[in-house]
Amino acid sequence: MSGTYLGMPAFPVAAKAALGNETLRGNLRHATHTIRDKREKAVAELDDWALLREAGKQIKDHTLRHLDRYLVQLEESVTAAGGVVHWARDAAEANRIVAELVKATGESEVVKVKSMATQEIGLNEALEAEGISAYETDLAELIVQLGDDLPSHILVPAIHRNRGEIRDIFREQMGAWGRAAPEGLSDTPADLAEAARLHLREKFLRAKVGVSGANFMVAETGTLVVVESEGNGRMCLTLPETLISVVGIEKIVPSWQDLEVFLQTLPRSSTAERMNPYTSMWTGTTDGDGPRAFHLVLLDNGRTDTLADEVGRQALRCIRCSACLNVCPVYERAGGHAYGSVYPGPIGAILSPQLRGIGSEVDASLPYASSLCGACYDVCPVAIDIPEVLVHLRERIADRGGKGHRLEKAAIKASGWVFDHPKVLAAGERVASRTRKLHPSRVPGAGAWTDSRDLPELPPEPFRDWWKKNRAEKNSAGNNSAESNSAESNSSAKNRGEGSAT
Amino acid sequence: MTAREEILARVRAAVADAPDAPPATRDYRTTHTGPERVVELLAENLADYRALVHRTDEEGLPALIATLLTTRGSTSVLAPPGVPAAWLAALAPEIARVEDIPGSTARELDQVDSVITGCALAVAETGTLVLDGSPDQGRRRVTLVPDHHICVVRVADQVVGSVPQAMPRLDPTRPLTWISGPSATSDIELDRVEGVHGPRTLEVVLVEN
Ligand code: SF4
Repeated sequence: MSGTYLGMPAFPVAAKAALGNETLRGNLRHATHTIRDKREKAVAELDDWALLREAGKQIKDHTLRHLDRYLVQLEESVTAAGGVVHWARDAAEANRIVAELVKATGESEVVKVKSMATQEIGLNEALEAEGISAYETDLAELIVQLGDDLPSHILVPAIHRNRGEIRDIFREQMGAWGRAAPEGLSDTPADLAEAARLHLREKFLRAKVGVSGANFMVAETGTLVVVESEGNGRMCLTLPETLISVVGIEKIVPSWQDLEVFLQTLPRSSTAERMNPYTSMWTGTTDGDGPRAFHLVLLDNGRTDTLADEVGRQALRCIRCSACLNVCPVYERAGGHAYGSVYPGPIGAILSPQLRGIGSEVDASLPYASSLCGACYDVCPVAIDIPEVLVHLRERIADRGGKGHRLEKAAIKASGWVFDHPKVLAAGERVASRTRKLHPSRVPGAGAWTDSRDLPELPPEPFRDWWKKNRAEKNSAGNNSAESNSAESNSSAKNRGEGSAT
Repeated sequence: MTAREEILARVRAAVADAPDAPPATRDYRTTHTGPERVVELLAENLADYRALVHRTDEEGLPALIATLLTTRGSTSVLAPPGVPAAWLAALAPEIARVEDIPGSTARELDQVDSVITGCALAVAETGTLVLDGSPDQGRRRVTLVPDHHICVVRVADQVVGSVPQAMPRLDPTRPLTWISGPSATSDIELDRVEGVHGPRTLEVVLVEN
């Protein structure tokens, strides 16, 4: 079973440990760079990207401002369509509701679609304690679950594993969970995927209860939406007799038409695809097609506390595309596990401490797990000003006990990158904080929650340009010094490779 | 207080002092594609996501479907009840016809070689087919469990340019499945592999008059 996040070391400690793991860093570097290069192309295909981003931001801000109204409307439309709505104040309550619903079916196993919300509440562990087995069916989640591991990326949770490791996990663990891996399983992705297909098909075809999250819920129609690639989501959403969806209250959009914005921005931002292979939409239950019973569990679990923070509430706009992870220099080096939360990377650094509070060492350290370079804000399809929230949270933490400075130093050191580039960091922070105020946060007349801001002006030099130039300089400097040191030992050759990011 | 009342009360308290946030302005485009480019773009984008694209007219459709099934070596085919009989008129007699019965199990479906359906519409810019459970499309699981899906698109009235053009034509009360290429995963070192759980092969037939 998946381990727990409780007792995780604070970011500086965990990041430092991750830095020593070369496989992890190599896998991460390859993955994040590949995705972000593809993403730029996918986004460039839409010349109205900035307007889609602005619309997405406005839709979410409007929904959050009137969340009570939309929650009630959603409840009405889901109920009218044949679903049953449950409300959960916190993780324990949500887990209890789900466990009771599963027990009422008389079943002792469920198939699951990858869902951040159910990871956040530790649903699998809670069900296990009640004697119910929960099977993750996303390939990456399967790898994580079989490896008794934790996910490290929102979108590609097993990004820290390479094919050899995955083959070993399948060979050793599949048999204990169901259909064993085929004899002589190789490490080619096609063979590994085939082994997962056979293993999981056994589970899908007999499953009576499915558990999912949702990417969106439409208040007007009661429609829930799940976007995915593999089809495991479709299996879990349509084959079982009972479907239970656990969804954070912030996932609402008011109208059917609103989906047109996010169905354009989410796939391009996350997997860099024009559209993900599968999108399922269901409205209550349909006779003769799909589950006969549908339960929606609306989850608070810290979201209303987050909503109450005037700067931090924008984190609730997040559509979990993970674009901010892939551009983050700190995430790239520290890896997802270092954040000690189901939400890693820049969004995790602002969301987790808000959902969970800043009482623990892990949560208090997260707002420092950033260089404030601003790249996360640039790519965010709903324009969450992550650096602004980070600074705001740091202030809150410093106000409470003044250990901010120590945490900041520790986090920066642990993230490795800026370790040997203090000037880059200093410049980055200066530029980020200077231009951040200048980024247009709203279009005139479109009133957002940030009415008190300065009017937008053009930044003297777009941050992206500065970043590219600066990195280019850094890289060529790195290469030069590498050449002059070419006679050195193997270990420094390795360092050289690490230092010259491509 | 019930959980419902408490959450709603927390929400109200949380936003009590928040400034107004009116509904979104929609300045973005309704499409990025001129009508003359739409069909070509659909074909390109489907192919880019490794769907196999075929083009024919009404008259050529039965023979094409027959050829696709024979080439693949299918011995059984499921067509939902609303699929026009003409589409299957040229099928080799040894290919067994399987009914789309509500009571049939997923295991039984797993034994079916190929599925043929129509669609509600297709979106060119994203290379997407949308199925809405109409009689020519069947239950959601029939296009999921078997490994080979042939989807027929009537170009004249089923192709739109963009997602914003698709939304008003769809009925949210129906169960909707948007399909963009065959099932795929990139979870292993980001290598794309087709067909982890859904059909490994998606063939799209664009029918023009
Ligand atoms: S914060 Fe923005 S970029 Fe990051 S995952 Fe959320 S929506 Fe995507």
